[in-house]
Amino acid sequence: MSTPTAREKTDWDIPHYAGDHHEELSFIRKYVFSTDHKVIAVQFLVMSLVFLALGGFLALLMRWQLGFPGQPLPGGTLLPETMAPGGIILPEFYNSLVTMHGTFMIFFAIMPLLVGVFGNLLIPLQIGAPDMAFPKLNMASFWMAVPAGLIMLASFWVEGGAAGAGWTAYAPLSASGDFTGVYLGQQLWLLSLFILGFSSIAGAVNYITTVINMRAPGLTWFRLPLTVWALFITAVLVLLAMPILAGALIMLLTDQTIGTTFFLPEHGGEPLLWQHLFWFFGHPEVYILILPAFGIVSELLSNGARKAIFGYHAMVLAIAAIAFLGWIVWGHHMFMSGMNPMLGTTFMVTTLAIAVPSAIKVFNWLGTLWKGNIHFHVPFLHAAAFVALFIIGGLSGIFMASAPVDIHIHDTYFIVAHLHYVLFGGSLFAIFGGIIYWFPKMFGRMMNPFWGHVHFVGTFVFYNLVFFPMHGLGLEGMMRRLYDPTQYAWLADLQPWNVFITWAVFGLLAVQVVFFVNFVASIWTGRKAEANPWQANSLEWSVPSPPPHGNFEAMPIVYRGAYEYSPPDRKEDFILQNEPPRDPVGDRVEPEPQPTGGLEGSE
Amino acid sequence: MNQTAITAAVRRPMPGLGVYNVKLGMWVFLLSEVMFFTSLIGAYIILRFAHPDEFAAPGVVLNVPLTAVNTFILICSSVTMVKAYAAIERNEQAGLKLWLTATILLGSTFVGVQVYEYIHLIQEGFVATAVAYAAEGGPLYGSTFYLMTGFHGLHVTLGVLALLWILTRAVKGVYSSQNLGGVEAVGLYWHFVDLVWIVLFTIVYLI
Repeated sequence: MSTPTAREKTDWDIPHYAGDHHEELSFIRKYVFSTDHKVIAVQFLVMSLVFLALGGFLALLMRWQLGFPGQPLPGGTLLPETMAPGGIILPEFYNSLVTMHGTFMIFFAIMPLLVGVFGNLLIPLQIGAPDMAFPKLNMASFWMAVPAGLIMLASFWVEGGAAGAGWTAYAPLSASGDFTGVYLGQQLWLLSLFILGFSSIAGAVNYITTVINMRAPGLTWFRLPLTVWALFITAVLVLLAMPILAGALIMLLTDQTIGTTFFLPEHGGEPLLWQHLFWFFGHPEVYILILPAFGIVSELLSNGARKAIFGYHAMVLAIAAIAFLGWIVWGHHMFMSGMNPMLGTTFMVTTLAIAVPSAIKVFNWLGTLWKGNIHFHVPFLHAAAFVALFIIGGLSGIFMASAPVDIHIHDTYFIVAHLHYVLFGGSLFAIFGGIIYWFPKMFGRMMNPFWGHVHFVGTFVFYNLVFFPMHGLGLEGMMRRLYDPTQYAWLADLQPWNVFITWAVFGLLAVQVVFFVNFVASIWTGRKAEANPWQANSLEWSVPSPPPHGNFEAMPIVYRGAYEYSPPDRKEDFILQNEPPRDPVGDRVEPEPQPTGGLEGSE
Repeated sequence: MNQTAITAAVRRPMPGLGVYNVKLGMWVFLLSEVMFFTSLIGAYIILRFAHPDEFAAPGVVLNVPLTAVNTFILICSSVTMVKAYAAIERNEQAGLKLWLTATILLGSTFVGVQVYEYIHLIQEGFVATAVAYAAEGGPLYGSTFYLMTGFHGLHVTLGVLALLWILTRAVKGVYSSQNLGGVEAVGLYWHFVDLVWIVLFTIVYLI
C-alpha cells in the first residue's frame, strides 16, 4: 500500500495504482456499474456510437424527403401513421427529424464521443494517474447520460411526436405546444437535456480536478499531451456553459408546463432572451464539440509525421484563446434576429478575431508535417483529412461571421454545409482517427487496417459529395429545415442536386457499415496489440494494452514532453515520457522530481 | 514489498493547486453553480429592464422585514458552519456535532420561513403563472421571483440534507483533524448558498 499523502487524508475514495492491491470485482461492478475510467470510456463509446447510427438514420429519412418529396419511403410503411402514413413523411414528422437529428448528433453522439470517451480514456492514462479523482462520480456521470438518451428517444412515441422546434428550440415556437402541436415531446426534450447537463457537469468537475491534482511527478503543465490540454480546457467550457443551458431549459419548461411567461410575449416575456441564453451556452458548446478534436489531431499528426508538434506552446495558447473568445461571440448566431445592429458589428469583430488562433493551429499542423517522415497509417489519414476539411469549414465560417454576407446566406444550406464541415469533416474525422488509434488501449487489439483504409477513402469521398454541393444550394437560396424544395419555383432547377446528395448519403452511410463491422469484429478477432503499437511517446503507451485496473504498476515518473519524436541520439524514433535518461552522469540527467510545498495540512 | 513499490511509496503527484481533491472538486463545482445562478439572475435583470412596469416597487408585494430576519438567520448559519469546521480542526468531536446541529436547525428555519412566505404570497394572488396572477405588477414578476428564490430554496434544502449526512458521519466518529474533507466541502457549499442569498435578497427584495 502506498503511504497516504496530504491529499488523500481528506478524501474518502482514493483510486490505487495497479501494483498497490488487488480486489476481485463482481461482473456487475466490473462491466456495468464500473468505476474504472477505461470501462466508463468504453460504455460511453458504445452508447454514443448507437446514437451516432441513429442520428445518421434520421438524416437518411430527411434526405429521402428532400431528394424525392412526396414519394413513399422504401419500407416507410413500417413507420407509424403519425409519422409517415403510406410511407410518405409528414411535415410535422420532418420537423421532428430535423430537431432530433441535431439533438442526437450534438448532445448524444459528438459530445459524449469527444468528451465522454476520450476524456475518460485519456486523461488518467496520459497524466499517469490510476483513475479519475472521483471514480464514483464518474460512474454516476455515465449512468445519468443513459436515461437522458432514453428519454430523448422515447419522445418519438409520445402523443404529438418528438420535439419539432429545431435543436436550438427557439421561443416562442418551442414555448407553447399550440404552435408546433408538440406538447409532451418538447417537454421530454427539455428534461432529457437537463439530466444530460448534470452528467456533463459531473464529468467536467472530475476532469478538471484530475488534471490539476493528479499529474505524475515531472509532468509539468507544458509537458502534457495536447489531448489533455484540449480536454481540460473543454471541461472548463462544459463546466461554465452547461449551467446556462440548464437555467434556460428550466425557464422554457415552466413556460410550457405551469404557465410562466419568460419567453412568451403576450404577457411581457422576451423571445429574444431565449436566443441570448441559448447561444451564450451554444457558442461555447460549438467549441466543446471541436477543441478535443484539435487535441486528438495534434497527437495523430505528430505521431504519423514522427516529428514534434510544431509550436507546442502556441498550440496550447491558441486553444485557450479560442475557448476565451468563444464566450463573447454568441451574437453572431443572431444577426437576423432583430438585435441592435451596433451589437451585431461588435459580435462580428470578436468572431473574426477567432480566425487568428484557428489559423495558428492550422499553420502549426502544416508545420508539423513539413519535412516529416510521414507514416500514412489510418489514424494519420483521418487527422490529415481533418485539417483539410477544417480549413474549408473555417473559411465558410468567415463568410457567415460577416454580418452583411450573413444577411444573404443565413438560414440556408450554406449554414448546413458549414456546420457539417466542422462537425463531421472536423470532429467526426478526428473521432474516427482517435477510436482507431486508441482502440488497443480499450480492447487490447488492433482494428483491421485494410478495412480502415476502405472506410477512410469511402467516407472522405462520399462526405464531400454530400456536403460540398450544399454550399451552392445555400447560395442559390435553398432554406435549411425546408420540408419540400420543389414547392418553390426558383429551387426547382436545383432539384437534381438534391437527388444527387441523397444518393451520396446512401453511399456515405453504406461506408459507415464497414467501420461498424470492422469495429465490432476487431474487438474479438483483431490482431493482439503490444503495449506501444504506434511507437508513440505518451504515458498510456508504457503500459500493456489494455492497461490493468489501476493503469500503472506504480506512479510513473515523467522526464520529458509528449512529442519528442526522432530524438537525435537514438536508434528508435520515439522516446516514452517516463523512460529514464540513459546516461546516468551526462548533463541530460534530471533528478527524480520531488514536488514539495503548497500542500495543505502536509505538516 | 519489492523495490519499485518502495520507491513508489515516496512519490507524490505534482502539487497542482495545493488543495486536496474533494475541496478542489467542490470549488470547481461551485464555479458551475455561479453560472447557473448567473443565467437566472441575468434573465431577471434583462426582463426587468425591458418591462419595468411589470414589477412592483420594493416592499409593496414582498414582505421585506420578514425576509430581512430570514436573511439574518441564514447568515448566522454560516457562522455556525465555520464554528463546526473550527471544532473539527481542533479535533473536538462534541463541538463538531453541536455546531452542525445548529447549522441544520438554522437552515431548516430559513426554508420554513420561506415556505410560510410563499403560502402568504400565493394567497394574495402573487403567483408564477400568467392566468392566475392577481397582485401588483405583472406575471413576469411572479415568474422571476419564484424561479430565483425557488432554486435558491432548493439549494438550501439540499444543503440541509448534505449536512444531515455529514452529521450522521460525525456521530459515527468518521471525522478528525486529519480527515475533514467532507465537513469542509459541504461547508464551502453552504457558504456559497448563503452568498447567493445576499445577492438575491438585494436585487429581488430591496431594489
